[in-house]
Amino acid sequence: MKKILEVNDLSISFDTYNAEVKAVRGVTFHLNEKETLAIVGESGSGKSVTAQSIMQLIPMPPGKFVGGSIIFNGEDLTQKSEKQMENIRGKEISMIFQDPMTSLNPTMTIGKQIAESLIKHQNMSKKAAHQRGVELLKLVGIPNPDVRINQYPHQYSGGMRQRAMIAIALACNPKILIADEPTTALDVTIQAQILDLMRDLQQKTGTAIIMITHDLGVVANIAHRVAVMYGGKVVETGTVDEIFYNPRHPYTWGLLGSMPKLDQNKDEELQAIPGSPPDLANPPKGCPFVARCPYAMKVCKDHMPEYTKLSDTQKTACWLLDERAPKVDIPETAVVGGTKVHDSF
Amino acid sequence: MTHSKEKLLEVNNLKKHFKLNRQDILKAVDGVTFDIYKGETFGLVGESGCGKSTVGRTILRLYEATDGEVKFRGEDVHAIKSKKRLKKFNQSMQMIFQDPYASLNPRMTVKDIIAEGMDIHQLTKNNKERIKRVNALLETVGLNSEHGNRYPHEFSGGQRQRIGIARALAVNPDFIVADEPISALDVSIQAQVVNLLKRLQKEHGLTYLFIAHDLSMVKHISDRVGVMYLGKMAEIAPSDTLYKEPLHPYTKALLSAIPLPDPKVERTRERIILEGDLPSPVNPPSGCRFRTRCPLAMDICRKVEPQFKEYKKDHWVACHLYDGKNNKLS
Repeated sequence: MKKILEVNDLSISFDTYNAEVKAVRGVTFHLNEKETLAIVGESGSGKSVTAQSIMQLIPMPPGKFVGGSIIFNGEDLTQKSEKQMENIRGKEISMIFQDPMTSLNPTMTIGKQIAESLIKHQNMSKKAAHQRGVELLKLVGIPNPDVRINQYPHQYSGGMRQRAMIAIALACNPKILIADEPTTALDVTIQAQILDLMRDLQQKTGTAIIMITHDLGVVANIAHRVAVMYGGKVVETGTVDEIFYNPRHPYTWGLLGSMPKLDQNKDEELQAIPGSPPDLANPPKGCPFVARCPYAMKVCKDHMPEYTKLSDTQKTACWLLDERAPKVDIPETAVVGGTKVHDSF
Repeated sequence: MTHSKEKLLEVNNLKKHFKLNRQDILKAVDGVTFDIYKGETFGLVGESGCGKSTVGRTILRLYEATDGEVKFRGEDVHAIKSKKRLKKFNQSMQMIFQDPYASLNPRMTVKDIIAEGMDIHQLTKNNKERIKRVNALLETVGLNSEHGNRYPHEFSGGQRQRIGIARALAVNPDFIVADEPISALDVSIQAQVVNLLKRLQKEHGLTYLFIAHDLSMVKHISDRVGVMYLGKMAEIAPSDTLYKEPLHPYTKALLSAIPLPDPKVERTRERIILEGDLPSPVNPPSGCRFRTRCPLAMDICRKVEPQFKEYKKDHWVACHLYDGKNNKLS
């Protein structure tokens, strides 16, 4: 499989009134062609900042590029000028956001917003762009596209707005689509529609997707590979099966344990992760999860664990995997599998 | 969980309509009937705009009902006229809100936020007792007394939600409406708050109305669950039954739409995907309101509104498929 994007040791900070917040601290991952990579983590783990820095959308200042590289097509995106980035955004890499209402322009028709990038990147005429806009709306499943294209965002429902966003993002056949929590603001029934649409479009267009989410159900549904982020670092990465059926990081265990299973006994307590995420203005010296980890050892406090390679695809940063550490099995609460579903009338 | 069959709350044909302008009336809640027993958790689920929050708020009389009645311990809530009675009633019912950022006054200290209800109902005799009670409450919800002198902005989302819970508990209520109390929180923090709510229920014998759109969390916390669609109740059943044998096509679709954290299951699943969006509650479809999105809609569904009936013991459903005549799917 060919790598289409490589992020190496990326670090981004923000200068605030109080201190420098180290939002992303040495993140390394890659994206293969035609695959979906999910970046999972809770708020403040640095997943959105990572995604936005791929698009070079972090305002600087207050943002600060500390180090690392983002290699796309053999070129480092962090070294590009704003002008050069304009030719990549929307054309090679595009992005959809969590809240479709605030990311669409309320004063422009949907058609104009789709045409914008077509006219800029593909030198289309207004008429041709309009035509293509209708095709795109049809592709993302909006009924009556020739009427809908002349409407404004407020005339669309939440699910349709997200479909329109996807149409705009896909207008120039980008190689990478970054989706930042695209279904979080939607109802489950609409979420199922949008996830289906994204999977379907990926098969048709071959676009690689980076999916940022905190919902492990969404990850299981759509991802091929997963990167788990915590405290500005990737703590574990692997294929979706490895992360769900053979997780090795205690934070991944915690995440899997805190989701209620549909067949779980009601009297059982949920396996909550105690405490709250670390303050990244003053990040812990060692492993970021140390304060909340039930298996924390002396070494975890002062030394960040190296990645242990568990397979060709799975890498985990945890001291428990060191040969000197005690053997710890995956806790029962984090064991996934055998969920029964009733999907018929 | 065991609970007595004593009805704490009876909701009969409750309606809440909002007048939008001269012609249009938004029928947010349009005839909903259910009971909540003492000591249980009743979950209320549905898509946004189905009226679930309006039900919660109308029960507490934050909204005046358009029609129907809410009986709390046999007394009609909306008929209470005397201020004194209403105050007494307000003390026994409390609410926990969705947004832990918007529901705490940023200019009050946590101590005063929690004590506000106690002050209004004059539950403490002197300042010493007030502080003691606030500190006890803070500890109950997993914070400490030192937090009382701080302001809301100094806390994280999960901690704020704990403050909201402490405020609700301050007046010793019997019944709490929790309106999406965990939706704004991270997964790992959600579990903390749910565990806390369950523990408090056991310790204080509380009854909850738990409103949410996350079906897997609702199943975990609720004894019985009601599914709403466009201002009407579609189905009510004990939570295990609802998830094992859902009857209403909408419930089935809703359950089928939940993505499960199990990639192998997700890969092979043939889920029921509903077409389209929720119709407008200003002008709902004739007959059964779900018929425009229902894959099993029949001729009768357009003409006649299905009755909300007890199909099996404790399992209520409003759907023509279970009318008896058309009863081929049971």
